[in-house]
Amino acid sequence: MFSRAPVLVENYAPSSGPQDWMSAPHSTGTSIMAAEFDGGVVIGADSRTTTGAYIANRVTDKLTKVTDNIYCCRSGSAADTQAIADIVSYHLNFHAMELGEKPLVSIGAAVFRELCYNYRDSLMAGILVAGWDKRNGGQVYSVPIGGMCVRQPVSIGGSGSSYVYGYVDANFKQGMAKEECVNFITNTLSLAMARDGSSGGVVRLGIITEEGIERRVILGNELPKFYEG
Amino acid sequence: MSSVLCPDIPNSGFSFDNCARNATLEGKGFPVPKATKTGTTIAGIIYEDGVILGADTRATEDTTVSDKNCRKIHYLASNMYCCGAGTAADTEMTTNMIASQLELHRLFTNRTVPVCTANQLLKQYLFRYQGYIGAALVLGGVDNTGPHLYSIYPHGSTDKLPYTTMGSGSLAAMAVFESRWKPGLTEEEGKKLVRDAIAAGIFNDLGSGSNVDLCVIRKGSVEYLRTYEEANKKGKRQSSYRYPPGTTAILSTKTANIEVHDVSIQRIDTDLLMDTTS
Repeated sequence: MFSRAPVLVENYAPSSGPQDWMSAPHSTGTSIMAAEFDGGVVIGADSRTTTGAYIANRVTDKLTKVTDNIYCCRSGSAADTQAIADIVSYHLNFHAMELGEKPLVSIGAAVFRELCYNYRDSLMAGILVAGWDKRNGGQVYSVPIGGMCVRQPVSIGGSGSSYVYGYVDANFKQGMAKEECVNFITNTLSLAMARDGSSGGVVRLGIITEEGIERRVILGNELPKFYEG
Repeated sequence: MSSVLCPDIPNSGFSFDNCARNATLEGKGFPVPKATKTGTTIAGIIYEDGVILGADTRATEDTTVSDKNCRKIHYLASNMYCCGAGTAADTEMTTNMIASQLELHRLFTNRTVPVCTANQLLKQYLFRYQGYIGAALVLGGVDNTGPHLYSIYPHGSTDKLPYTTMGSGSLAAMAVFESRWKPGLTEEEGKKLVRDAIAAGIFNDLGSGSNVDLCVIRKGSVEYLRTYEEANKKGKRQSSYRYPPGTTAILSTKTANIEVHDVSIQRIDTDLLMDTTS
């Protein structure tokens, strides 16, 4: 009953009947995003968690703290990504104590990659790692499903991302100002949430700079509006 | 060697004795016996100064009601309780094992255990078993930082929410919460809301039924309201439906005598065996 392999929401079998949602594993059919700007990174996500066709949580926080200066955006199985984030958080805190200073974002991403690669056959996790450190400033790393790790100035993920690749390519600029970057991310996520059925709710944002993180929420009725047909 | 006076103490933990039997049955084309699943409505809210948990009391085996008045709100610690849905055996064993770990943790730290600790223990335990332990839980409690409510899924993911529902009746119960929950409810309003949510599950979901159990957890006190309401009271029979003697004509009678040969009663002196002085 509970032994079905995890499925990303956008692929869930059409056979998922009304009785099936209880046993279907929890997935964050998601729209997530992270982008570097002049002085840090902005991360963003929608807030929908689904089990089959049922919204199990409409106010989820998919921006999860790893250390004070490193956060991750989670997509895929909720159980898998929560467990990974907890384990990476443990490793990095331990590393910070041994090192006596804040861990580098690249090291955080490497720990994520290590776990995601070693357990690639049993995990369903697509993670964006973002943060700020003294050596390299704001950085974004993408750790997709097979356990690769690559640095990108802007990255999108989750089922909603496929709708907005073109928008991101057309509108992203290197070295934007903070508010410009925040607007870019808000617009991208709004577009993704409007087209993707398994994304929705509110937009949660995090702005990570040298000073730490600033959290923002944009409610569903306050989202920017685009062509709605 | 086992006897009434000296019984074998069963091993603790999981028993896999029936796995071989089930494999044999399946191999011969018989249906595999199903575990008891509690088709359930469980719910929890945060109110003004605490947490209220609620549950129905029906346990089912397929379409049969196997227990009409079972407990689904389990004890975790003096400041924490946990509603369970899914496989009955798994919710029972999981909560029991975590309760014992929490008590040891309380003794070790000499502090009230935080609710987030219980959440972390439960999610790590369930994640380890990759969803094979079919326990879907609503964890509620009050600690030094205030009231907390979590929902925990069989695969090990958790959500921290101000109101939540689980089980097959969760949609009916969530409909009630979504329309009427607001921050800062009083205890009376809260109890009424949770009762109505569970009642919605009892009356609209086939897997849920019987009575409403509630558990109110405040800072420093707990009120476990077992059978808060009998949602399905049996009606009173208005008249006697018995037929008076002689309604049917007696065509023939036959009497058979039973002879009792011997009656013996043996008493076992338990006092002697309980003597632990030496």
